[in-house]
Parts: sequence; structure tokens; C-alpha cells
Amino acid sequence: MTMMERMAVTDQPLLRVEGLTKRYGPRIGCADVSFDLYPGEVLGIVGESGSGKSTLLSCLAGHQRPDLGRITYDGRDVLAMSETDRRRLSRTDWAYVHQNPRDGLRMGVSAGGNVGERLMAVGARHYGEIRGKALDWLGRVEIAPDRIDDRPSAFSGGMQQRLQIARNLVTSPRLVFMDEPTGGLDVSVQARLLDLLRGLVRDLGLSVIIVTHDLAVVRLLAHRLMVMKSGRVVEQGLTDQVLDDPQHGYTQLLVSSVLQV
Amino acid sequence: MTDQAYNFAYLDEQTKRMIRRAILKGIAVPGYQVPFASREMPMPYGWGTGGVQVTAACLVPEDRLKVIDQGADDTTNAVSIRRFFQRTAGVATTEATTEATVIQTRHRIPETPLKAGQILVYQVPIPEPLRFLEPRETETRKMHELEEYGLMHVKLYEDIARHGQIATSYAYPVKVEGRYVMDPSPIPKFDNPKLSGNPAIQLFGAGREQRIYALPPWTEVVSLDFDDHPFETSKAPHDCDLCGAQDSYLDEVITDDQGGRMFVCSDTDFCAGRRAKGHAGRLGAGQKSSKTFANSFEGIWPGTEGAR
Repeated sequence: MTMMERMAVTDQPLLRVEGLTKRYGPRIGCADVSFDLYPGEVLGIVGESGSGKSTLLSCLAGHQRPDLGRITYDGRDVLAMSETDRRRLSRTDWAYVHQNPRDGLRMGVSAGGNVGERLMAVGARHYGEIRGKALDWLGRVEIAPDRIDDRPSAFSGGMQQRLQIARNLVTSPRLVFMDEPTGGLDVSVQARLLDLLRGLVRDLGLSVIIVTHDLAVVRLLAHRLMVMKSGRVVEQGLTDQVLDDPQHGYTQLLVSSVLQV
Repeated sequence: MTDQAYNFAYLDEQTKRMIRRAILKGIAVPGYQVPFASREMPMPYGWGTGGVQVTAACLVPEDRLKVIDQGADDTTNAVSIRRFFQRTAGVATTEATTEATVIQTRHRIPETPLKAGQILVYQVPIPEPLRFLEPRETETRKMHELEEYGLMHVKLYEDIARHGQIATSYAYPVKVEGRYVMDPSPIPKFDNPKLSGNPAIQLFGAGREQRIYALPPWTEVVSLDFDDHPFETSKAPHDCDLCGAQDSYLDEVITDDQGGRMFVCSDTDFCAGRRAKGHAGRLGAGQKSSKTFANSFEGIWPGTEGAR
């Protein structure tokens, strides 16, 4: 089944965002953002620093409370949910990959413990199985199995980021938020990671919202693209369409700024 | 100042009332840490100020108090707290577990099973079981509120990954009535099974941290573990050298600098009771009790300077 067919089958959006606005005092974090995200879809959000893409992501993931707007996940109003439900959602159905792996990892706990934490949080109580899954996921993000008992503080930046991704995906979430996930990865691992993410999206029907300024990443990964500037969405559409035929002046600038190798 | 200058059991009635409210709330919500306005006590933090306040709030003149420290009735902490209540409350004291109505303890549960009507008061240094996993108090409270206890198992996971088994040997985390994860104070995990289904009331007081929590009688208390690494108690693989008990928790005592050592019950009352009934261990017959040993110094100290 191709992506288009799948989207045709599920006509209900997984996540619907309407008129989302977040202000920091008189300043605008993001303003009047609306979009639908369907199951299995990868949405890229690009824009320069300070364009509000990280603010938007943290509002969506529930780390900040937006001032205005509605977020509906799987038919449920996220902002009206009790904190218990929202936190349960964010450790089962959702995952959040931080830009800085040290924000998303427990630095005093071994790699295996980091990957296993989400499993244990949802009730896994069999050490052998937890360890088996941790080993499996470490392998999938190219961390050698003999590093399972090392702490993340002994890892390189790239390894920490891969570990964070493993830790987040181990419970097979349906919706993954990613904030500049490929920042610290070398090119080969970045490619493998993008492969892995594409595979997961296909196999698990995973939906992803990925914030980045690396246009190569969104070109490879994202089905749809949203371009933000000064807290507002200036252009959105299919990735190839936006990148190949940018309409807005800022998008044109962004696309033409990419260095060609 | 005379001892009569104090209110009964040192604390004023309003303070006791406040502490009793906290205790009642703790009993109503087993395992939940109830904040209370801990008072300055005439002893340093770490010496049982929380336990002393709970005991003071529970004591009535008819009570018979027992105080133990690491199982022993005659160590400094136990002696000073017992004397404190003798002076300020005038209550009877005892070393026999069976005769006591209120038992304040540090780091042990008596070997002799407790009965209905008894109150066991624990001194707690750090009431928060999640403290060393999550340093933010706001966050740990939220975790208790939302029952997010995955992190507790991460600690046990780390133990197994590092040591091949759950190496936590004291302050072993427990789950109370399927709800709150609780720190049982630094009792050895050998004592954990005694927490559950106990007919006595168990109260926990943390003075510095200003928390009281409780286990009402017959509360179900489960030690956390993994399916394939179940909870196991542990003790030194020896019998008591004085009374020969095989199933009591033992202290290791170094007896000389030639590698000599002996294992004795940490519960002195239990050990003395067994010896009174004629049980004897490896060194049982020839050994003095620690109290006889201590008393034998009386009258010697002033003369030691001239002894040479």
C-alpha cells in the first residue's frame, strides 16, 4: 500500500491543530498555526532561528501551554485533557526527540536503562525482555551491544543522539516530535537514521513532526512541509512542490541558500 | 529547670494535635507522605527528630516505651531517646518487644512478631524513594500523584546490569496497597516482608524533611522486583554466635586484628530472650552481653590514669 492509498483509507487526521498561538509577553512565539497530520505522515517544519518552530513543537508536545487554539489528537482535545491523561499519552503514544540529547536522556543511568525506562514506565517487569529490547534498539541505532552498560556521559554527541532516538522509539509510539534530531550525527549515520525513520513510518504507520533547518533532511523524510517565519506559516504544501517551486519570497531565499556539493 | 517545666512528652498540645492530624491522614492514605511542620527538637537532625515527634504525639501516660537503634536497646541513640521520654513524659520503659506499647526504631523491625495494639515508629532520614533518581521535589510529587513509578524500576535495572542481581540491600522500595511507592526507611531488606500484613500500626517520621507517612495494620506491602529477578531477603550466612538463632538478622563484629569475627543478632532483646531460654551459639556460654561488658568498666575509668 502506498502512502497515498493509506492516506485515502484513513480520512480522519491523527492530529488536528487549529489557530495555535503562543505569545511571550508582547512578542509572538508562533501565531495562528493550523494544520492536519494524518496517520503515517511526516510533516517537516522549516524556518530560520527564532521563527517559532521550536515554540510550536513544544506547544504541540504539551511542554508549553498555548494561549489560543485547539489541538485534537485522535479525536480528543489535548488541551482539555487532565494532566494524568496527557502525561500517559506522552509516554505511550507520543515521543519527543530533543535537539540536545542531554535534555532527553538520564545521564546517570546506563544506556540500557535509558532505553528500558519507557518500557518500565508502561509496566514491563521482566528484566531479560527489557534488556533484549534495549539491545535490539541499540543495534538499530548502531550502538555496539557492549556499550549497553555504559552511561551516556561516556558517549560521543552523535551516539547520545542515537541513544535518545532508541529510547523514544522503543515503545512504538504513533506520533513522534523531533526537534533538530540530526544535529549531532555524522553523515553516514544520518543517512542510516533517515532510512530507519522512513522504514518505521512505513511499517508502524508512524506520524512524525520534524523541526529542522536542514532541507536535505526534510527532502528525504517529509511528505509535507511547512515554512515558518516570524512565528507565522508563510507557505505549506507537498515537500517536493515547496522545495522545487517555492512561491513565497522567504522560501525562495531558504531554498537558494542551500550549499550545493 | 525542672522536668515538670515541660509539657507531657515535651511537645506542646497544639504541636501534638498538628502531628496527630498528619498521622491520621497518613493512616488514611497508606504510603502517602504527609507534610507536617516539624519542630526543632533538643537533638540533632539525623538522630531521630522525626521519630521522636511522632512518638511524642502518640504517647499517653499508660504507655510502655521501647527504643531500638539498629536492633539494639543499649546504643547511644536508643539510650538517649529513651531517657528523653523518661524525663519528659515519665512513661514506663522496657527492652522487651512483647511488653512495649510504643516502639521507636532506627533501621530495624524487631524479630519478635508485633501484636495488634502496638505502634512501631520509624526514624526516617530521606522519605522520598525517588530522591536520588529525580532531584526535583516538584517532579517527584507529580510522579507520586500520577503513579509514574517506572523510574524506580530503572534503579533496580541498573543494579542488575551492574551487579548481576538487585544489590539494594536496605531502604528497599516497596509499593503500598498497589498505590504509593514508599521508602521503608533504611531497614535491611531482610525486614521488608515484616512490613506487610503487620497487625501493629507502623508510623514513619522524617524530621528534617518534614514528612510523616504510615502503614495501618494489615496493609499489603510489596517489595518491587522483576519477574525474572524476584525480591529476595538477605542476611549473613551464619547462625548467631551467642544464641544460635538461624533466622535472625545478624551484625558482624570484629573481635581482634587477627581476622577474628563473630556474628550476633542485631536485635538484642531477641538474642537475650533466647539465651535466657537456654539457647546457645558457637560462643554462647563464655560471652558476656554488651551491657554486662559496658557495666564492667564502671569504676575503672577514673583510675586509669594512675594505672601505669
